[in-house]
Amino acid sequence: MTTFTVNGTARTVDLPGDTPLLWVLRDELKLTGTKFGCGIAQCGACTVMLDGQTRRACVTPLDTLEGADVRTIEGLDTPEADAVKAAWTAIDVPQCGWCQSGQVVSAAALLYEIPDPTDADIDAAMAGNVCRCAAYVRIRQAIKDAAQSLKA
Amino acid sequence: MTMTLTPSRRAFLASTLGLVVAVSLPLRARAQSGAALAFQPDGSAPTFAPNAFIRVDPDDTVTVIIKHIEMGQGPMTGLATLVAEEMDADWSQMRAESAPADDEKYKNLAFGLQGTGGSTAMANSYTQMRQAGATARALLVQAAADAWGVDPARITVANGVLTDGTNISTFGPLAARAALLTPPEGAPLKDPAQFTLIGTDRPKLDSLAKSNGTAVFTMDLDLPGMETVVIAHPPMMAGTVASFDDTAALSVPGVTAVRQIPQGVAVYATSTHAALSGRRALVVDWDSTAAETRTSAQMMEDFVTLARTEPGLMIEESGDIDTALTGATQVLETEFRFPYLAHAPMEPLDAVIAVTGGQVETWGGYQFPGFDRQAIAGILGLEMNAVKMNVMLAGGSFGRRAQSSAQIGNEIGEIAKAAGRDGAWKLVWTREDDLTGGHYRPMTVHRLRGGIDADGNVVGWHDVIVNQSIMAGGPMAAMMQDGKDPTSYEGAVNMPYALPHLRVNWVQTQSPVSVLWWRSVGHTHTAYATEVFLDQLLVAAGKDPVQGRLDLLKPDMTRDRAVLERVAQMAGWDGQTVKGDKGYGVALHESFGTYAAQIAEVQDVDGFPRVTRVWCAVDCGVAVNPNVIRAQIEGGIGYGLGAVLFNAITLGDGGVVQETNFDTYRMLRISEMPAVEVEIIASTIDPTGIGEPGTPPVGPAIANAWRALTGNAITTLPFQPPVNA
Repeated sequence: MTTFTVNGTARTVDLPGDTPLLWVLRDELKLTGTKFGCGIAQCGACTVMLDGQTRRACVTPLDTLEGADVRTIEGLDTPEADAVKAAWTAIDVPQCGWCQSGQVVSAAALLYEIPDPTDADIDAAMAGNVCRCAAYVRIRQAIKDAAQSLKA
Repeated sequence: MTMTLTPSRRAFLASTLGLVVAVSLPLRARAQSGAALAFQPDGSAPTFAPNAFIRVDPDDTVTVIIKHIEMGQGPMTGLATLVAEEMDADWSQMRAESAPADDEKYKNLAFGLQGTGGSTAMANSYTQMRQAGATARALLVQAAADAWGVDPARITVANGVLTDGTNISTFGPLAARAALLTPPEGAPLKDPAQFTLIGTDRPKLDSLAKSNGTAVFTMDLDLPGMETVVIAHPPMMAGTVASFDDTAALSVPGVTAVRQIPQGVAVYATSTHAALSGRRALVVDWDSTAAETRTSAQMMEDFVTLARTEPGLMIEESGDIDTALTGATQVLETEFRFPYLAHAPMEPLDAVIAVTGGQVETWGGYQFPGFDRQAIAGILGLEMNAVKMNVMLAGGSFGRRAQSSAQIGNEIGEIAKAAGRDGAWKLVWTREDDLTGGHYRPMTVHRLRGGIDADGNVVGWHDVIVNQSIMAGGPMAAMMQDGKDPTSYEGAVNMPYALPHLRVNWVQTQSPVSVLWWRSVGHTHTAYATEVFLDQLLVAAGKDPVQGRLDLLKPDMTRDRAVLERVAQMAGWDGQTVKGDKGYGVALHESFGTYAAQIAEVQDVDGFPRVTRVWCAVDCGVAVNPNVIRAQIEGGIGYGLGAVLFNAITLGDGGVVQETNFDTYRMLRISEMPAVEVEIIASTIDPTGIGEPGTPPVGPAIANAWRALTGNAITTLPFQPPVNA
């Protein structure tokens, strides 16, 4: 039994301790906004917030999560996240869309840490999130747009 | 995939699925509402579905039924734009839904069956969707005229509102009355000069759901009692199961069954984690009797030998190449080596199937749903109409889901059959399954020889291309005429340049490695080989790469000329290919009827290229949604760039695939993405495709810039050889 908080709600899960958080979220808690892309923390499609930091859910076992605070795309409602989602939609960042939950989580975390990121900041924060459609030009622009909207 | 629209090919595609090819659009009112009816959640009749493509609800929403799979390339937005334009709807009332599988109602008019590929979605839908919209508009106008007792000619429509100057209505309140009318034949289409939506940036219909995690893909589906299934596939191409021991796998909590199927060994479990754990515990001995057991290095050696020794099939010939090369002042020869490539869509392949009392329903990123439907029905011994297909949003494809082999349909069908009971199953591929699962861009060799005369003119061009055929051995093999597969050499023939003495030969190779169209198909290698080699010839002749190309273009190649001239302006091309620490290279390539020219700016960072900027001028006819066109060019450039710099699938000892995940099959990352500037040539010609044509020119543009900067011609791809090669 592992008890932890997901999007503000306490959840108790009875699954093998080596079950990755990714599959706990998707299969057990039916939170499918977090995506599977590689399973080895190489693509960032499964990025969630864990105790205030970005984390790859695919390599985070359940037995490390007792008492943890997890926030997924479904529960990401900070001002930074709202600004990112609005910016993403405004310039049509997504193409196929599969990686975008992870991109949005990483971008919102970046803006929380660095409200006015440079290109180098964006590269450093977002390099772990692969977009196979290569929507990177717009990801970069939308992060800057979101930063501007947060200043306003 | 590429599509040559010959009657024989259409007829063949049609005959395989027992279809009658018809080009007319079915537009009978209520009799045609069945397709739209399928989308009513409660099964009730739609208020107004004038044809198989449009539904108008009482709340004013207009839903367009999209016959092409949405995998990021934008048909949901693009096709809805066409309908909205002719209906004079307001963009905010537009919605889009995927069409169900129906090879008659929802056929791609370029193929004769339902399918997406060859950058044809917009090209084949342009008139059809406009006609559908115009018909719906005419019916709404007639309904308003009847309701108000006025002449329909007095009614105008704009932004989803009808009025005769006195009365006023939105679409919804007129829908019930419109549904009773008989659709007119040949409702007039707008003069393009009157377009208000086509040609302007429209926000995409699916961006919000894809930004907040609510978009539903195949892997996100959950049915009561559904089990997850993963398959242990052979590690070498076309290997088979010799024997297996499932003792340990069956002891994994949550694993419910292990079954051998033709594709490998399937593990059934109550969760994905249990299925994956069960697969890890499985012990399988593989039989490689029928497999490809050469390494890819050995295969490449074989290909190069063939390119040097085999004449190959004559694909194109003009003038006298042998005399031209003998008489040339300079003869250049370059051999290009292209590796196998995986598509690696971000959502690995997957599907869901539910079997209930002889009825089957399945969900998937089915790009040619008819092929998968036929496979599933055949495996389960059912009639085609017992299998209901749901085409889902796909997390990328780049060609991977366009399977005439019905690879996923076959697997999900075998899973249901091997289970031997009613139930629901979700097939999940891992990244390892994806990268080692074949269906690669064919490994290819081009051996190019070219001659220059004393005045610097290109006097001879001979290209020998060696690769596997994509079409051979599958249901499309019958379309190969005289043993030729155009997808093997498209882009290396019918070039826009005036080359009086030219020969193109093709040598077909055989291998158990399965191959497939990869974003832009043959153009993935032909654009690189031809545009890099041409650049070598021009530079050897002392010519400017842009002006040299312009001088070589045949006089009637006006669209090629326009994009090349435009991109040169955009980049401020002045003939200097090196400025400071930056190199500049150009490439021009037409694919799928769309013309693209690109210039790349490259720096040398520790012996490896850093691509800082790419300019692209593109002509795809009428620019229905410039925003989507720019996005596809940006993405197509990134997709091609990553492959050219980093990617190869290599077979190691015994033919075992070496790249199994993104740690060894490296994806382009945001820090490696250049700035991209796109300009679209204004045009009144009917639109062509945009999903693929941005990809072919980027590789040669970078290679030409890199050669200008460093003197190194990169002829073996990728730029960064894989560690395992």
